[in-house]
Amino acid sequence: MPRTTRQLDENVQGESESLDRLQPGITLEDRYLILGMLGAGGMSSVYKGRDLHFPNVTKLVAIKEMVNLIADQSMHEMIVKNFEREADLLATLSHPATPAIYDNFSHKKRSYLVMEFIDGDDLEAILAESTDFLPEERVIGWAIELCDVLSYLHNIQPEPIIFRDIKPSNIMIDHHNHVRLIDFGIARNFQPGEKGTMIGTEGYSPPEQYRGEASPAGDVYALGATLHHLLTKRDPRVEAPFSFAERPARSINPLISPEIEAVISTALQYDPKDRYPSAMIMKEAMISAAKRTGLLSAPSVAAVIAQSDKIEEIWSFKCEDEIRGSPLVYEDTVYVGCYDNNLYALDKQTGEFQWKYATEGGITGKPAAEDGVIFIGSEDGRLYALTANRGSLVWTYYAEGPIRSSPTLSEGHIFIGSDDRRLHVVNQMNGRRAWRVEANDAIWSTPFVQDELVYFGCESGDFYCYNFKGELKWRKKAKRGITSSAIIVDDIVYYGSRDWTMYAIDSENGWQIWRFRMRGATISSPSFADGLLCIGCGDNNIYCVDAKHAREIWRYETDHQVTGSPVAHDGSIYCGSVDGSVYCLDHKTGRLRWRFHSDGPITGTPMIANNVLYIGSTDHKMYALIA
Amino acid sequence: MTPLKTFFSRIFGSSPSQTKTGAQLAGGESVMSRAYKSAPNDRIIVGASQSTGLERSHNEDAQLVIKGDSAGAEPLPEFGLFMVADGMGGHRSGEVASNISIRSVARKLMEGTILHILDLDSPNEMLPLQELLHDALEEANSAVVEQVPGGGTTMTAVLLLGSQMTIGHVGDSRAYSINNGQIEILTRDHSLVERLKELGQLTAEEAESHPQRNVLYRAIGQGANLEIDVFTTTAPKGGHLLICSDGLWGVVPDPQIKHIVNDAPHPQIACEQLVQAANLAGGPDNISVVIVRFPSD
Repeated sequence: MPRTTRQLDENVQGESESLDRLQPGITLEDRYLILGMLGAGGMSSVYKGRDLHFPNVTKLVAIKEMVNLIADQSMHEMIVKNFEREADLLATLSHPATPAIYDNFSHKKRSYLVMEFIDGDDLEAILAESTDFLPEERVIGWAIELCDVLSYLHNIQPEPIIFRDIKPSNIMIDHHNHVRLIDFGIARNFQPGEKGTMIGTEGYSPPEQYRGEASPAGDVYALGATLHHLLTKRDPRVEAPFSFAERPARSINPLISPEIEAVISTALQYDPKDRYPSAMIMKEAMISAAKRTGLLSAPSVAAVIAQSDKIEEIWSFKCEDEIRGSPLVYEDTVYVGCYDNNLYALDKQTGEFQWKYATEGGITGKPAAEDGVIFIGSEDGRLYALTANRGSLVWTYYAEGPIRSSPTLSEGHIFIGSDDRRLHVVNQMNGRRAWRVEANDAIWSTPFVQDELVYFGCESGDFYCYNFKGELKWRKKAKRGITSSAIIVDDIVYYGSRDWTMYAIDSENGWQIWRFRMRGATISSPSFADGLLCIGCGDNNIYCVDAKHAREIWRYETDHQVTGSPVAHDGSIYCGSVDGSVYCLDHKTGRLRWRFHSDGPITGTPMIANNVLYIGSTDHKMYALIA
Repeated sequence: MTPLKTFFSRIFGSSPSQTKTGAQLAGGESVMSRAYKSAPNDRIIVGASQSTGLERSHNEDAQLVIKGDSAGAEPLPEFGLFMVADGMGGHRSGEVASNISIRSVARKLMEGTILHILDLDSPNEMLPLQELLHDALEEANSAVVEQVPGGGTTMTAVLLLGSQMTIGHVGDSRAYSINNGQIEILTRDHSLVERLKELGQLTAEEAESHPQRNVLYRAIGQGANLEIDVFTTTAPKGGHLLICSDGLWGVVPDPQIKHIVNDAPHPQIACEQLVQAANLAGGPDNISVVIVRFPSD
């Protein structure tokens, strides 16, 4: 079986030439003088001709020629009969957008249809010639006329006519800017079955057409596909089939109104039952959408947010200064550091104050806890170990610069960075240093420890992997600082940088697997769940990226920078923003579920325990909300 | 390429293990009688086999296996490049397209990875692996457009570095992970019928006999707007990677593929048994198969 490649361009030169095209000057039936060829595709060609029965005027006609290459005699005759029947049917049509049919005849292997010559351009040519997006109102005008003619065809008695092949190249725009349908698929009978591996698909046809189903709903889909192509200039023949839902018209051409996009999306539903039940109803939807957009110039987005402010706090607790760091829930208590220098312990059910411990500097990190001891660093340059129940000091460890990094616990040790450009490894029991390593700049990120290796970034943009002997395993350099704290999933390290990039690095050897560019610097740390990474960015967005393919799944724009880190929990993403809100978004789609507003920028990362979300704000308050 | 020679065993196109046509099969000689010992457990072992099949006159498939083995105090990371391409297009353009693509992609990937690693004072950073794969397939696309107009090919290329496999894929050749009795397709067929199946418009049975089951919506050689699937996944410890053209997966059902791979003492034997199975089932198309067995640790 030979394999063939079909070009996306349907005018396959070689094929039509082998079919002996009619030369200008030839006369068919002693009546139609061939003037030239208008186009060719597959087994058919269209010629421009002149009707010699009107010798005193130039009456132009279009002559469609179809070649019947079926060898089997009875099949051959059946095809000719079908052709004649369809020609008869077309001849009875009467609609401003259907061409007049004048004549039909067959000659040996060839059958001809003589019809009205339409002077104008087809939509494919119009698309090809336009450098910019076609104006929406122009496309809407055509769309309404197309719905109208489809509705006419679908209501022909006794049997509806299904056009089956709505696409830009089958739609002409005449000199009065009116739509005319050409190529009524009458040639379809003449197409031999295609065999072998090929490139290219129809692009405009509905899924059910590949099961051999032709229905009015199929024409509605193809019209939707055509409108999508006209408005976005994205050719569906070179996209994955039936992937319109993955690239909504407005994501490509933001000038399109949401109302019109909604009409197109409805027409393009996979399931015919979900589309407009008829072309007439689609026409009505199109008209009312057009009217609405004509009247309304302001975008109507706020609708979703309406129910969101109902989120109630379970409790809140006010400190004496901004809370910039992140809370920890351990046993029955919430621990949170504050810029008033204190570490607070609050009852997690009621928010009731338990104790506080005063350090001599602001606290920006998130505490860590194990075996009844809480660990926290402070800008006073010290790492504190406090008893969890009463906040009594167990020991103090002195770094040589402020500590803004959060402690990571592993195998009886605390790993923490400092502005003194060192990563400190401290014994959990006695607060003595086990070892430390140098970095090129201050370490504000939180170290990640796994399999006796420690991973961390620093403000110079260097990212390090050290083993527990303090030997460098590998190092990777970003163009700007790495404040973002790394996570490791399946042997791949993920972190963000101020160089506008999120990185995926092989944890074993430091090779870059991918990088994902954002529109701003990030100091947020990524979260991971269900194969999806989420990260906040200085460009105001929360990004969700497929970890395997490095593809953006969605992004959600807040009203200010997102410096805190997202947390994934039970199908939702929770993240604070400098705009003062905590957002709860659907993990898969990024759709807003709720939003809670505090009175100051939120820079910390929420913690969720037993379906309660804990977050501090720079409005000095610690909040507990129902997640 | 010279410095690599000592490093790599290499199989390209007409390997000694190539099973030509059905002629050999008729003899009924068991491939088991060949002198493969059971594979060692602590190393990556590769097998590869190819056949024109019984119905085609040309072999439009191409495959390539390049594997690095290193030992010593500071061994290099595991390195491997495994590729299958299935060409299409008349007038022999299919076989030219698949071969050009294999060479073009391999060259780009070798330069971008192993040559860097071998060079101890290499000044430049390696490109992120996914970008490298993407660029390599994009270059192959341009090369085919330029040199074989009208030709096209599928391409499934797996780059193994350390414990991570980065995969570049266009078309309907496939990569599978076979592990602990599970067989999982890693790639997505870029075929119209597969897409219809994904959308629930066709059942598996309808898809099998669909007249347009060979229509691809993406192929190397299509020119502009080629979208390339690139992703990274961890090599299956103690399991197998299998890459094949549709001459195998379209003919031999997945469960049978799984059994053959799991039961064979050596990946090379598995490859030959798979080719044999495809030919016994009629061999309607060219068959290419590459199997990589990973150690458990």
